[in-house]
Parts: sequence; structure tokens; C-alpha cells
Amino acid sequence: MAIGVTNAPERSKSSGSIINDPQVRGIFYQAITVIILAVLIYWIVDNTIENLRRANIASGYGFLSSRAGFDVGQSLISFSSDSTYGRALVVGFVNTLLVAITGIITATVIGFIVGIGRLSHNWIIAKLSLAYVEVFRNIPPLLVIFFWYSGVLSILPQARDALALPFDMYVSNRGLAFPRPIPGEGSLYTLLAFLIAVAASFLVARYARQKQMATGQRFPVLWTALGLIIGLPLVTFLATGAPLTFDVPVAGKFNLTGGSVVGPEFMSLFLALSFYTAAFIAEIVRAGIRGVSKGQSEAAHALGIRPRLTTRLVIVPQAMRIIIPPLTSQYLNLTKNSSLAVAVGYADLVAVGGTILNQTGQSIEVVSIWLIVYLSLSLATSLFMNWYNARMALVER
Amino acid sequence: MSTQQASFVRASMIEASPAPVLESGAVFWLRKNLFATPKDTALTIISLLVLAWLVPPAIQWLFIDAAWTGGGRGVCATLSQGGSQPEGWSGACWAFVNAKFDQFVFGRYPLEERWRPALVGILFVLFLVPMLIPKIPNKGFNAILLFVALPIIAIILLPGGWFGLTYVETALWGGLMVTLALSFVGIAVSLPLGILLALGRRSDMPVIKMLCTVFIEIVRGVPLITVLFMASVMLPLFLPQGVTFDKFLRALIGVSLFASAYMAEVVRGGLQAIPKGQYEGADSLGLSYWQKMNLIVLPQALKLVIPGIVNTFIGLFKDTSLVSIIGMFDLLGIVRLNFTDTNWASAVTPLTGLIFAGFVFWLFCFGMSRYSGFMERLLDKSQR
Repeated sequence: MAIGVTNAPERSKSSGSIINDPQVRGIFYQAITVIILAVLIYWIVDNTIENLRRANIASGYGFLSSRAGFDVGQSLISFSSDSTYGRALVVGFVNTLLVAITGIITATVIGFIVGIGRLSHNWIIAKLSLAYVEVFRNIPPLLVIFFWYSGVLSILPQARDALALPFDMYVSNRGLAFPRPIPGEGSLYTLLAFLIAVAASFLVARYARQKQMATGQRFPVLWTALGLIIGLPLVTFLATGAPLTFDVPVAGKFNLTGGSVVGPEFMSLFLALSFYTAAFIAEIVRAGIRGVSKGQSEAAHALGIRPRLTTRLVIVPQAMRIIIPPLTSQYLNLTKNSSLAVAVGYADLVAVGGTILNQTGQSIEVVSIWLIVYLSLSLATSLFMNWYNARMALVER
Repeated sequence: MSTQQASFVRASMIEASPAPVLESGAVFWLRKNLFATPKDTALTIISLLVLAWLVPPAIQWLFIDAAWTGGGRGVCATLSQGGSQPEGWSGACWAFVNAKFDQFVFGRYPLEERWRPALVGILFVLFLVPMLIPKIPNKGFNAILLFVALPIIAIILLPGGWFGLTYVETALWGGLMVTLALSFVGIAVSLPLGILLALGRRSDMPVIKMLCTVFIEIVRGVPLITVLFMASVMLPLFLPQGVTFDKFLRALIGVSLFASAYMAEVVRGGLQAIPKGQYEGADSLGLSYWQKMNLIVLPQALKLVIPGIVNTFIGLFKDTSLVSIIGMFDLLGIVRLNFTDTNWASAVTPLTGLIFAGFVFWLFCFGMSRYSGFMERLLDKSQR
């Protein structure tokens, strides 16, 4: 290192010309880049101001507090056409989160089943899983959305001849109607019991780990936790007199009344995103399990650990280390793909923003809101990933 | 003493052991792969039942009950819907795909000018196929044909407006032609641009590094649809009054920039995998930065990340379908546009059209991924 340090200035001196000094060159190139960029930005800003002035569009975020004047098909929080643009964007964001979270859960379940299926010794299961992955990985997600929306859901019978499903659910071209639970008096106790059970499970898990560290004995954490989380709320629920009723959808002459309805827009987006992303998750899961070297399971068998425990204690923790980072980026992809909602008219952030953009012409402001929301989502995800990687990284002694 | 019994010598014959379990043949295969354990047997039976429940009706719907020929919606609608099929009929409406096939390929390109995109397509195949077969020599010349000559020919022929060719505005382009054109340009732009961005992100110059990082992270952090909206809504704002971009060109810019950011990350992965000794070796030979990258680092790095590059290509190909949201008619867009054709509107038309479009997309993507697997194995072999 010392040699390099003393030699570097000598060489630049000996070559004589300042043009050949890599440092000087670097500064020169960067200066040129900055100048070009500055001129370009000045030109763009100048043009934009001129164009906005000509189109009579006031810039700024003031429009967020003016009346929206349009209605949103489906929203979790109250919204009417008298609400503001700002509230419309919040509704869109909540809808984005709704479809993203439900989609992520389903995609993970399908993806893990198919991914494990691809490694099955059963020929027919392996081939079926392979076919699933190859079909859904190679078709645009937008096409899958339209497949559900105009290919399947829109040719279902009309609401008055809705198909009845178990548990008083009905499916028609207006979407899926299902009983809405109405919590009665005292149901708060059930929720409280649930929270207590979750907290208790954490304590049990901690106790079990300490006990195993100290004595080497294992404690059945999973069954205890399951018993707590299901049992305690159930007992409370029954003890408080089962305070829950259902608003059941009833087939009327022209339409279904009562119950909750999930529109075909949400259904098609949710189904398409789940099925599409599941194909990628399946490949990640397969690669993760294959990535654990065979010696690990052989060593576990040699130690006399039973096959089921080998999977749980040796294979899965190591496979998860490989699986989690690409899995998070698939979750992020699903969230970003939920913006395809605009194609079927599900009111997500992009669809609502697009409507506002068309009504007000505030394109820069709307696009900046999109950028900020999606960038913060991906930033939050990558922060989580870094934290997880740091926690899970191999601790070498 | 010859009759004396030694205790270690057997007095009787060993019973013949049973024949070994057959380790070949159909029965063994079935037992090993389908009925190894009770759980396996149950899974096999369940999947066979599911298949029996799904596949015959699907074949029935797709092929046996399908309406293959016909000149209008009548063949694809039941009597009560105003057609000629019996009540309760449901089947694929291939007659619709048949009648609209030319439109699905060329969009609304004028009929008498369709030889132009067809010629470009034929040239594309002629230049591409020898490029893909490793045994055929003269790859450099071939690349010039594909990436220099073909775009020039396409720019002359497709829009026209010179050499006596009538001008065909891009609003009339559509179908598979637009999908392929967008993906071709996206691929041809995103690979070099992605390499430049990746090199920039690993550059020693802080300003360049920061600019490339910011660009890559912003583009990768947002959905393509917002990038397309930006290209179609904000680009006109940025330009002086009177200067307008073609809609097709705007979509091209959006798709290419989006793909380059993803490509940059793939290439960066390859650059990071090259051992430091390679960089230092090139430096000690006195190679300049570009010589070092072109001759030593990139050939090795790109070879490592071929699967990633092809995956980005496949993603780009699938993403071109999003331009139908900003009002362009690529393959998916033109298929959907035809659902509203009153001459063909029926309950089964959308499903048939979407299955057709899905199959075309699938064919291209599956082909690309298979080819990448083939290349990977080939390069892997040459390294050993």
C-alpha cells in the first residue's frame, strides 16, 4: 500500500501532461455531466412553466382539498363524490394496500404449495406443478387480469340467478357476495382474549428457547401457541354468549340484498396477481430448498434426527435464508403490479390518480405523489430486507 | 476320515432366494413414481381425479364444441342470444380468431400496404435465425444486419412517407407487429443502456455514480404504468410548444428506460461476480478503462448473467402489453378492441380471444426461456 501511495503522484508528474491524470480527467467528465444536466433541467423547467402558464394550470398541491366530484366503486373508508381529491387518493392507497396484502397472502400459499410440489417424488404432482409454473410465468399479468375479468367473471350469471356457494355465499357477474359478520355487545372481550393469547404465545416461545438452551429439552411450542390462540378467544367468545350475528345475502327478484359484496374488479385483480406471482414464488421456494446442500440432511439423519424434525430444524431455516430476499422483491413486484388495476377500473392509487390527472391536469403533482408512495413502499421493503439479512446471515465462529 | 463333518461346512443346499424386485418396466416406474407410499397414492388419486374433472371439459370446450368457421357472431351464439347454436352451448369461437387474424397481426395497418410490415417481419426472421444458431459463422456481420440494417429498413418501410411510400401514421399500427417492434427496440436499447448504467453505478466518479444509482432506484421503485403515464403525460409538458412526440415513440422511450434500469441491476450482479484479480490484471497490462471493460470484464460478466438478461427480456416482452392502457393497440389491445365489434360480440368471444393472445405471448416467452437454457448449457460446456 505504501508503495502505491508514494508512486502515484510521481507517475502523474513524470507523464508531464495534466490531460493524462485520471483524477483530473474524472473531475472534468463529472463537471461536463453536471453542466449538461443543469442545462437540460433548466430547459425542461422553463418549458414546463411556459406550458403550464399557457394551459392555465396553477401548480401546487392546493387541488387536493377541492371537491372530487367522482365516485369510487369500492372503498374501505367512507367516500362520496363530495369528498376531496386528497381523500380520493387516500382511498386509492388503501385499495392498493388491500389488494396487495390479500394477493401476497394467497400468492405465498399457492407458491409454497406449487414450489414444494415441484420437488415431490410423485411424478404427477411434480409435472402438474411444472405446468402451472411454465404457464403462468410466461403470460403477461395484464392478460391474466382480463382473462378473469372479461373471460370468466363477466359471463357468470346475472345477480338475480346468482350461483349459490356454501356458507351463504353467492357469485354472479356483480362479484362475490358473502355474509358480513356483525360483532355484538361484548365481542371486544374476544378480541382482548386473542391479543392476550398472542402475547402469551410469545412468552411461551421465549421460555421454550431458554429451557432448550439450558437443559436441551424441547417444549411443544407450536401446539401450545395454537391452543392458546384458538382456545382462549373461543372460550371467551362462548362465555360472553357468542355475540356475533351475520348479515346474510338474500337472493331478491333483481339483485342480492344484504351481506358484503366484493366487486369483479377486485376479484379479477386479486386472482390474477395471486396466480401470476405464485408461479415466481414457486420457483424461488424450489431454488431455496434445492440450495440447502444434501450433506445437511444426511448429517441430520446421521445424528439420528427424525425426518420431520430434520425438515423443520435443519432444512427450512437454511432454505428460508435463501428464499426471503427474492421473496420480498416478489412481494414488491406484486404491489407494483397492482397498479394494473387501472385496466379493469378498480380504484387503486394509480387509477384514482389518473382520474384526478384527467380532471385537473395537475400531472406533475399527481405523478410526484405516485413516485413518493411507491418509492417509500419499496424503500420500506428494502430496509426490512437489509434488517432480515443482517439477522439471518451466517454467524461464523 | 473323509466322511468326518466339519462344523463350518454346510450340509444342505441353501433355499433359492426370491427373484429380485423388478427394477425396470412400467410397473416398477408406476410404483416408484406414483404409488411409493400411502400418502403418494392418495395424492396421485386426487390429482388424477382433478385432471379428469378439468381436462376433458377443457378439451371439449376448446376443440370439440368449438365453432371453427363462420362469418359472424351467429356461429358463436345460442338461439336465445340470436345465433344458431343450441341452447346451453358453450365452446371456443375460433371463427372469430380466424376472421380477425390479420388484424391481430397488423392492427389497422392499411390492407394494401401490409406487405411492408410483412417484409420487415420476414427479414427479421431471416436475420434472427442464423444469429441464434451457434454453428453458423459471421456473427459480427449478422449482428450488423440485425441491429443496424433491420432498424433502418424498418424506419423506412413501416411509417413510409418517403421513396413514394404512402405515410402510415403510428396510430394505425397495432397487433403483434407493435408488440414485436416495442420489444425489439426495448431489447436493443436496454442492453447497452443497462450496461452503461451498471458501469456508471460502479464508477469511481461520485457524481456519475450517484446519478446512475438515483435513476436505477427510482425507475425500479415504481410500476411501469406510472412510467408510461409519465412518458405520455409529462413528456409533452417538458418540450417547447409545438414540438410533439409520436405516441408510439413515447411508449418506446418509457418501455426502454424502464427495462434498462432492470438490466443495469442484472449486469451489475455479473460485474460484482468477476474476481478483483481480473480488474487488476487488466490494469497492470496498461489497458484503458474501456479496453479493460470491453476485452476483460464484460465478456465474462455478461456470460455469467445470461439467464438474468433473458429474464429481463421476457419481462420486457410481457410488459409491452401495458401500452394498451395508454391507448395503443398491441396484440392484447387489438384483441380487446375486437370484443366490442358488434359483428362478433358473444359470450364466448372474449375468452377465446384472450386464450389466443395468451398462447401467442406464452409461445414467445417460453421460446426465449428455452433458448436461454440451451445457451447456458452450451457456454457451461465450453468452460469445462
